[in-house]
Amino acid sequence: MPPLDSRMLSIEEMGLMGHQEHTKQTLYDKLWQDHLVKSREDGTALIYIDRHLIHEVTSPQAFEGLRLAGRKPWRTDSIVGTPDHNVASDSEERAGGVAGIRDEISRIQVQTLDENCKDFGIVEFGINDPGQGIVHVIGPETGATLPGMTVVCGDSHTSTHGALGALAHGIGTSEVEHVMATQCLIQKKMKNMLVRVDGELGPGVTAKDVVLAIIGKIGTAGGTGYAIEFGGEVIRKLSMEGRMTICNMAIEAGARAGMVAVDQITLDYVKGKPYAPKGEQWDKAVESWSRLHSDDGAHFDAIVELRGEEIEPQVSWGTSPEMVAPVSALVPDPAAESDSTRKAGIERALEYMGLNAGQKITDINLDRVFIGSCTNSRIEDLRAAAAVAKGHKKADSVKQVLVVPGSQSVKAQAEKEGLDKVFIEAGFEWREPSCSMCLAMNADKLGAGEHCASTSNRNFEGRQGYGGRTHLVSPSMAAAAAIAGHFVDVREMQKEAL
Amino acid sequence: MKAFTQHKGVAAPMDRANVDTDLIIPKQFLKSIKRTGFGPNLFDELRYLDEGQPGQDCSQRPVNPEFPLNFPRYQGASVLLARKNFGCGSSREHAPWALDDHGFRAVIAPSFADIFFNNCFKNGLLPIVLDEDTVEQLFQEMYAEEGYALTIDLEKQLVIKPNGETIAFEVDEFRKHCLLNGLDDIGLTLEDADEIRAYEAKRREQAPWLFDAVK
Repeated sequence: MPPLDSRMLSIEEMGLMGHQEHTKQTLYDKLWQDHLVKSREDGTALIYIDRHLIHEVTSPQAFEGLRLAGRKPWRTDSIVGTPDHNVASDSEERAGGVAGIRDEISRIQVQTLDENCKDFGIVEFGINDPGQGIVHVIGPETGATLPGMTVVCGDSHTSTHGALGALAHGIGTSEVEHVMATQCLIQKKMKNMLVRVDGELGPGVTAKDVVLAIIGKIGTAGGTGYAIEFGGEVIRKLSMEGRMTICNMAIEAGARAGMVAVDQITLDYVKGKPYAPKGEQWDKAVESWSRLHSDDGAHFDAIVELRGEEIEPQVSWGTSPEMVAPVSALVPDPAAESDSTRKAGIERALEYMGLNAGQKITDINLDRVFIGSCTNSRIEDLRAAAAVAKGHKKADSVKQVLVVPGSQSVKAQAEKEGLDKVFIEAGFEWREPSCSMCLAMNADKLGAGEHCASTSNRNFEGRQGYGGRTHLVSPSMAAAAAIAGHFVDVREMQKEAL
Repeated sequence: MKAFTQHKGVAAPMDRANVDTDLIIPKQFLKSIKRTGFGPNLFDELRYLDEGQPGQDCSQRPVNPEFPLNFPRYQGASVLLARKNFGCGSSREHAPWALDDHGFRAVIAPSFADIFFNNCFKNGLLPIVLDEDTVEQLFQEMYAEEGYALTIDLEKQLVIKPNGETIAFEVDEFRKHCLLNGLDDIGLTLEDADEIRAYEAKRREQAPWLFDAVK
């Protein structure tokens, strides 16, 4: 077996290896083809699903449906469950386990997941299990999600797993039931979009800024009907965790699936993960994964290009992820918008957000800061936030800074590195793994009118709490805002530190 | 699933673009383990003047008099007119469940988010895509005429206006078939169980690491 790094072959070599079939295919074309059970005359197809992740919010009705129809899961070893949305981030409440969940209906939902997994023989990482975490964090970190897989979950941020070179997307609860009962999804093939980010990112600019800039450019419906492949020099240089952040938010651009081609960075990440193949099977897997990239000259229905150098740290100012601007910019003026629907949208957003047209982004004051979510709660995110927070204190005007690790494993690693102490010394709160304030299904939420710098993925009205005002940013920008009390260009802070 | 063949109902407006599923049904109502009962909380943050809680009696809550769905003229409406990218955001099927539970049978918009669009068909709720100008015209006509009702004929793929004018719409053959007959697509897929097993056996041989790793 040659060393891994020499196994990343050129396209010509792949052809020689006999892997390449007929025409030039995109990564999505290959993943689709590999999982095609049957094409039907009516234009639909049956696609086989390798991995099905479940959580407590979108699975109970699916299990109920199975029971009512007298059906059983087709393949229980394809399913992994964990509670994440309704579990408390507060250590004291969390210590009580499921029985300790104070909100009764949240507790029932988590208990229901436990019971369903137990009844059907499904592996579940329970509330305080060392494997527990946000479903999109634990999938890659355990190797439960792997390159070349089809991955589904009743959760739109399932696109995250596409970073591994997998076809991963969110599904509704009826489809959760369908996949459990049949191991397949009825699908129509999506169109192919390539989002290519070439050049180089400036210091202080992160994967989150890249994906916010992409959404700002193509809009929240720009990717509707497409599977997006993210490529180009910038993406190739990103770590796996950075790629996960990018793919995570493909859905915020309207695309159910986002993905990145497999390369050495992917293989280095996957190797040794608990559920990843080992020994001979690893070698065989690597060989099969080496073709998981778009062929040179493969056809894309749409191509979007950005330059890394032109991307600044981003801050969302409105109530849709496309309402985003560089930190150096001003809040837009609806008067400058000619399209009437867009104009009305900006006006409504400014009113909801309590912002004035033409106001500097850096003049927006924050009430709370949230560092967490399936977008940005991995170890590199916490390191980036801690690097900014180290030696500083949160501004007095900021009521609360929550740092919520994405999984028990991330939490343990962060504590090993002493990041928890950095946060606590800065006046931040170090919490337990959960979705937390990303969607405020547990007790962590914004009060009406409060502004929050959040590393999550959606700034919709009320998303983080009734009347709450969310600004989407990267972990380092969130930490910088926590210290300053308002948005600042994290690059200025980083320069001062040097 | 309940069948959808022909439906006539009063149209009501949701006159803004990018209506997300958080707006359709806020997260606190997602804690339910049932598929029904979401109707009173449809568009909760727009419909009421207070913050809604699960299990609350919504008839006692302060209603937002400025929200069109609360206007007397739109009571009992069953066709929702909406703007582009309706249903974006979360995959929560609670969104179509809430629309259905409130009494909507169809949503007409220039475009829908993919997951929401798909979820509608699983619940006997018909999402209809019409071009932006046509949707704009429907909005204007609806605003001008109280009781403005549309008839939707799925078999013929037509939206029929009160004056008899018809507008054709596209719908996938498979989805149309399932809706017209109220078919459970799990049952249909299981008719292909042998092919699924054959594929699975081949896949197990080619990629054994995908099987039995998690137990």
